[in-house]
Amino acid sequence: MSTMTETGTTPTGAAGAGPEKAPLLELRDVGKTFGNIRALAGIGLRVDAGEVTCILGDNGAGKSTLIKIIAGLYRPTSGEYLVDGEPVDFSSPRQALDRGIATVYQDLAMVPLMPVWRNFFLGSELHRGVGPLRMLDVARMRRIADEELRKMGIDLPDIDAPVGNLSGGQRQVVAIARAVYFGARVLILDEPTAALGVKQSGVVLKYVDAAREAGLGVILITHNPHHAYLVGDHFVVIKLGETELDRPRSDLTLDDLTHHMAGGAELDALQHELARGRGPEEGPAHDAAGEGPAVQGR
Amino acid sequence: MSQTLTSEALRPGGGSERTLRVSRRSTLRRFMTRPEVGSLVGAVIVFTVFFTIADPFRSAGAFTNILYASSTIGIMAVGVALLMIGGEFDLSAGVAVVASGLSAAMFSWYFSLNVWVGVLFALAVSLAIGFLNGWILVRTRLPSFLVTLSMFLMLQGLNIGITKLVTGSVSTRNISAMDGFDSARAVFASSFGVAGVEVRVTVLWWMVFVGLATWVLMRTKVGNWIYAVGGDAESARAVGVPVAKVKIGLFMTVGLMAWFSGMHLLFMFNTVQSGEGVGNELLYIMAAVVGGCLLTGGYGTVIGAAVGAFIYGMTRQGIVLAGWDNNWVFFFVGAMLLLAVVVNGWVRTQANKR
Repeated sequence: MSTMTETGTTPTGAAGAGPEKAPLLELRDVGKTFGNIRALAGIGLRVDAGEVTCILGDNGAGKSTLIKIIAGLYRPTSGEYLVDGEPVDFSSPRQALDRGIATVYQDLAMVPLMPVWRNFFLGSELHRGVGPLRMLDVARMRRIADEELRKMGIDLPDIDAPVGNLSGGQRQVVAIARAVYFGARVLILDEPTAALGVKQSGVVLKYVDAAREAGLGVILITHNPHHAYLVGDHFVVIKLGETELDRPRSDLTLDDLTHHMAGGAELDALQHELARGRGPEEGPAHDAAGEGPAVQGR
Repeated sequence: MSQTLTSEALRPGGGSERTLRVSRRSTLRRFMTRPEVGSLVGAVIVFTVFFTIADPFRSAGAFTNILYASSTIGIMAVGVALLMIGGEFDLSAGVAVVASGLSAAMFSWYFSLNVWVGVLFALAVSLAIGFLNGWILVRTRLPSFLVTLSMFLMLQGLNIGITKLVTGSVSTRNISAMDGFDSARAVFASSFGVAGVEVRVTVLWWMVFVGLATWVLMRTKVGNWIYAVGGDAESARAVGVPVAKVKIGLFMTVGLMAWFSGMHLLFMFNTVQSGEGVGNELLYIMAAVVGGCLLTGGYGTVIGAAVGAFIYGMTRQGIVLAGWDNNWVFFFVGAMLLLAVVVNGWVRTQANKR
């Protein structure tokens, strides 16, 4: 399988790569239009090994379109997409996967009724034997899945338990472990904490951190700036298809991030407007910023 | 090779301490979560009831009769169960069996050929029916209920219509004097003696098919894919499972089983009645569901469907042997189906509780 050889020739322990080395993945001035609708324009993005890049944005900002371009589902209509410094033109997610770019979608691509180990290897089953007697290497698949999950310390009742019995966080971690095991160098996580409680989100974020430490490039898509700030090294806020903010962690505070995330200048104006009607006891924009859209909805 | 994260990096929540709390589910509990457990218990109960109340039920001859009755439903239930695990069902399966028998009989009779040519022709017809079901399903994305209901009605019309056109009556001519009939009968409808009782060859074939299907389901990539397309077709597609091919293949497997059953029908009785088969598709589905297959797909086993067919066979023969009115058979089968679904669901939730 090409996935295997790909990762064999480019070891994943590239965490210490110097800045002169080409980034794992880079987007230059990427745009995407659907007919006369402009979904994205002039997006630049750089993902280095051992770094978590967070992409934030409100609903409809263009996050999903961006992931789909990176994952190989869409082709950008303008701009350049580079992997390891070479331009690429993916026509299917399989090609992106073969270059080590793995996406963990919100629905996780798992089958709830199937055991954990069968889900882990679904579509990439291990075999033994030849010819008509070629069969699944069940013992090896179960052992590997078990080992991989134990390393993360998820509290699984049983490797044979159906995935539907796991908690949301555990499922998320199984999906991440699967992507990593099958040779991911860049891991794209689409809203991994969206449907999770506080504790479960913590489990997932710890594992994002662990993946970074292991030298993977991680792209974390979220609309929760608090989660992003906990693990992120670099932050990109997208608004209406354009980059609103693109800054490393060192140049940014959580307040700045939540402020930008919640709409920045727009929110200030809104607050000003609301303050007139409701009196001065309204808190400053930064405090309410995390719930920006909700404020707008009131 | 594939990569793994180092264990140091991956101990976010103190992994070792957590894994200590992981306890394996007990063997009993694991057994209880098997889909076919409910039907096994049901089979034991039905067997015990008839064994106690009906003297003739206890003879070896009666038992082989039960096995034969079970096998005629059970062979089709193999294909239907696989299809149901793959998330679809086939209402045309009952008349497809008859369509297969009719094709073989009329083709070899009309052209005066060796019956084996007709047998192969019927195989092509049966696989084509299965392929068409699957192809229409994946093309139109209609539910299988509608697609196969249409196929059921069309086939029912075709069966009678074409038979009348070819033979001038509603059944096929007797083909028992034609070339190749004896060897074909040996394969599809003979019987052999075991320990002094006659066993129909279909019982043997039934077990072969159940074994083969179980092996495919549990130990091959295709089996993994069947569970996946039934459980969540979108997720399966996302990880590279060829969903459309798997579904079409499953409908063709039902076609293959329908071919075999049709051949049995033909070589057992020498002629085929064109109006038969209606209603049997529901018996196949009943066997699969009693055996623990979920109607919504992604869950079940072929062994369960075999047990379901065996329960049907026991009830069918048992009521006759107990001297009851034969008309009660379907009442009991229906009640059993309802009970099985309720019990299976209850067992599943109980066993999955931690």
